[in-house]
Amino acid sequence: MTELTLPARNGACDTPPIPDIIKQRGQREVFCGLTGIVWLHRKIQDAFFLVVGSRTCAHLIQSAAGVMIFAEPRFATAIIEERDLAGMADANEELDKTVDRLLARRPDIKLLFLVGSCPSEVIKLDLSRAAERLSKRFHPDVRILNYSGSGIETTFTEGEDACLASLVPGLPEPTGDSPELMVVGALADVVEDQFARLFAAMGIETVHFLPARRDADMPPVGPNTRFLLAQPFLRDTAIALSGRGARHIAAPFPLGAEGTTAWLQAAASAFDVDPETFHKVTEMPAARARRALEKYRETLAGKSVFFFPDSQLEPPLARFLARECGMALSEVGTPYLHKTHLAEELTLLPDGTQLSEGQDVDRQLDRCLEAAPDITVCGLGLANPLEAEGLTTKWAIELVFTPIQGYEQAGDLAELFARPLVRKRRLAV
Amino acid sequence: MKLTVWTYEGPPHVGAMRVATAMEGLHYVLHAPQGDTYADLLFTMIERRDHRPPVTYTTFEARDLGADTAEIFKTAAREAHERFQPEAMIVGASCTAELIQDDPAGLAKALALPCPVIPLELPSYTKKESWGAAETFYQIVRHLADRNLDRLSFQTGRPSCNILGPTALGFRNRDDVREIAGLLSDLGIDVNVVAPLGATPADITRLGAADFNVVLYPETGEAAARWLEKTFGQPRTTTVPMGHGATLDFIAEIGALLEKDFSAYEPPHANMPWWSRSVDSTYLTGKRVFIFGDASHAIAAARVTDEEMGFEVVGLGCYNREFARDLRAAAQKYGVEPLITDDYLDVEAAIAEAQPELVLGTQMERHIAKRLGVGCAVISAPAHVQDFPARYSPVMGFEGANTLFDTWVHPLVMGLEEHLLGMFREDFEFSDEAGPSHLAAHGEAARPVPAPASNIIQWDSEAERELKKIPFFVRGKARRNTEKYAAEQHLDRISIDTLYDAKAHYGR
Repeated sequence: MTELTLPARNGACDTPPIPDIIKQRGQREVFCGLTGIVWLHRKIQDAFFLVVGSRTCAHLIQSAAGVMIFAEPRFATAIIEERDLAGMADANEELDKTVDRLLARRPDIKLLFLVGSCPSEVIKLDLSRAAERLSKRFHPDVRILNYSGSGIETTFTEGEDACLASLVPGLPEPTGDSPELMVVGALADVVEDQFARLFAAMGIETVHFLPARRDADMPPVGPNTRFLLAQPFLRDTAIALSGRGARHIAAPFPLGAEGTTAWLQAAASAFDVDPETFHKVTEMPAARARRALEKYRETLAGKSVFFFPDSQLEPPLARFLARECGMALSEVGTPYLHKTHLAEELTLLPDGTQLSEGQDVDRQLDRCLEAAPDITVCGLGLANPLEAEGLTTKWAIELVFTPIQGYEQAGDLAELFARPLVRKRRLAV
Repeated sequence: MKLTVWTYEGPPHVGAMRVATAMEGLHYVLHAPQGDTYADLLFTMIERRDHRPPVTYTTFEARDLGADTAEIFKTAAREAHERFQPEAMIVGASCTAELIQDDPAGLAKALALPCPVIPLELPSYTKKESWGAAETFYQIVRHLADRNLDRLSFQTGRPSCNILGPTALGFRNRDDVREIAGLLSDLGIDVNVVAPLGATPADITRLGAADFNVVLYPETGEAAARWLEKTFGQPRTTTVPMGHGATLDFIAEIGALLEKDFSAYEPPHANMPWWSRSVDSTYLTGKRVFIFGDASHAIAAARVTDEEMGFEVVGLGCYNREFARDLRAAAQKYGVEPLITDDYLDVEAAIAEAQPELVLGTQMERHIAKRLGVGCAVISAPAHVQDFPARYSPVMGFEGANTLFDTWVHPLVMGLEEHLLGMFREDFEFSDEAGPSHLAAHGEAARPVPAPASNIIQWDSEAERELKKIPFFVRGKARRNTEKYAAEQHLDRISIDTLYDAKAHYGR
């Protein structure tokens, strides 16, 4: 379809030339923002996500979740029906009734997200007014917020961004004015605990995480807040936090030993942690991470990797694979390239890295087959078809659903890429 | 609005994808926003397909809505034709595109593509997946079937039929088709076309050459078969050949259609009747079975349960309302309340209430049964990746009946083991909650079935302890029977005597 190429950076003469970013428009083989509910509903333990959408939305979430019914999930879909569209039923009244039923069954819920979808956006169902109206009714037992996870506005992880951004206006004011650190972006609980220990050891006294595990524990924000992004896809959340006076700490992302050290270093500098303390705190885990990586380097070094766009994690992952695992980057596709949040990452990428933003999946598949990379990172819809073409693939979604950040997970992250290669080597069928 | 947690069926355009993906040489252009491509993974992951579904999604965005989404559709359709060179195309809208009313049918017609283009009207806000598959297949047949064909049997002298209904993501469709085609071949009947599974648009044009149609899956094939019956005078089968008896009936039905006598036919591998009659199977007698799935599979499974396994049907239901009437009739036959719902919470409540020893259902019921600590076998779509086995494993025909016997007995505690558990419940090495010993995956203790809230009748602590000596897989039933008995006797407490009085009253 339409093609335009933009220079990657306003080329200052001293930066090495990098290829133009490929920007194509066509079929996108990516999830919509509703998919974020799959991990967010586990992360915030007293929150419920009510998608206001169609049968397609309900089917999407359960398909993405692999239909794993661990327990009654804390999400559901209010499916819009013909009578809602034909005006035979007032959509707002119907929604109120649905919320009544839901909250009656789940009295443990403290925070309810009304999540907009493609159909609710197209029929212009005003969920922010619905959230306001329902909040008044259920105050103070349940807080009701809204955001959109629709595919016409959000790609996959942008759903988490929209969700976290919706939390920001309701975050409490800080009680004092001493500097506080906020780590932004959903992380596995185990990773969060590891980071909390490292920050504490550095002497950073107050560290908050957004989102908190319970609604009552959502962190305060104000001009004394310095925030560090744990995920690269949090554009709107960062804007909202800045709107509350918080200041962003620019950093690469905590993937791999190097990325984690640089990420922690950015916070340490912002909080005037003395270099000796920083070294003392990070030395051992960083060395351990490097040791863990060593095991997989043999498998990965010299191999080429091609990324289809998925989560916006692709540039930092590519940086990790290139610099710490010795891999060659064939193409690094991402659904959206946030040049400011990724500035540190982009300078760390090897010269000549081919980036692509957005997608025309058929043409990207042509490029991938032409490049014949050793490993292709792609969505579940493409993996088996590419394997059948003789390529080795890594499911991108596993990189979002697995704890990969921080020192102790650096080896696990490398292993995720090594496993398909090892498997290919082992199999004789 | 309808509050939904898990769904049995996707939207109708996913049904259309099941038809398109099953066929070859057909391409589907779907007007849809970003994200609807999730449906690809159902086919590539659950069914392990090695090709992408033949679907082009237009992928419009919010900023296109004010501009020209129709143009995006036209570009996508034109480019899809160029790239994939299909024999025919189907075009339609997903739920969001339906709201913006771009008219894919009209737009595609204006493109004047050099292949047949079949428009689909699949109302997303009233209909669901199975209906979408049936409607899509019907439209393809109606548009493509050649009306001027001679019957194949005029040339060959042998009767011929089409096999209709198998799709992608159907439960064991690949193997059922092979089994039934083999059976038909044994009977001296040619298979003219199997569709949609494996058929090209060119094959669809040849449907009229058959003498009759075998409707293997009414949910997806019946609409097309009815049209073929009306248009070409091709009669259709109405027996779903799942189970030994149903397969015999199916053969008899074809015999009647063709005015031939197949009663001398001896199936080569029909082991199931003897496996069921042999004494080892005595312990299966009267086991309580709850059945839920699509109507056709559920009804067929109920007959096998009752007549061929000697189980007792304690619940029967389906999620597709289109076939509710057939299911109600079947439920009446077995004296149970029909459960017609697509709300899995209703199904879960009904299963907990019925306290079955075995659940036959979809993947949803597999999860419900796991939670309740009851054995389960999957008999119907929607199914998960483990229900698409590598081995040949039909559920229809005589080999299908063998498969049903094996897979339904597998989750149960075996006969002698059941007795030992009953006798030596107190053995310290005997954890009766560990589940059947041949199922390693059940090594973890099943969660106890929650006791129904009986706030009127109290259990004496001695009676409660005695109840725990009953093996867990019948304990729920014993508790329920005892409480029912106590209520009938107007007792307000349950003693050990009440427990055994109830046992004497109800039997096992």
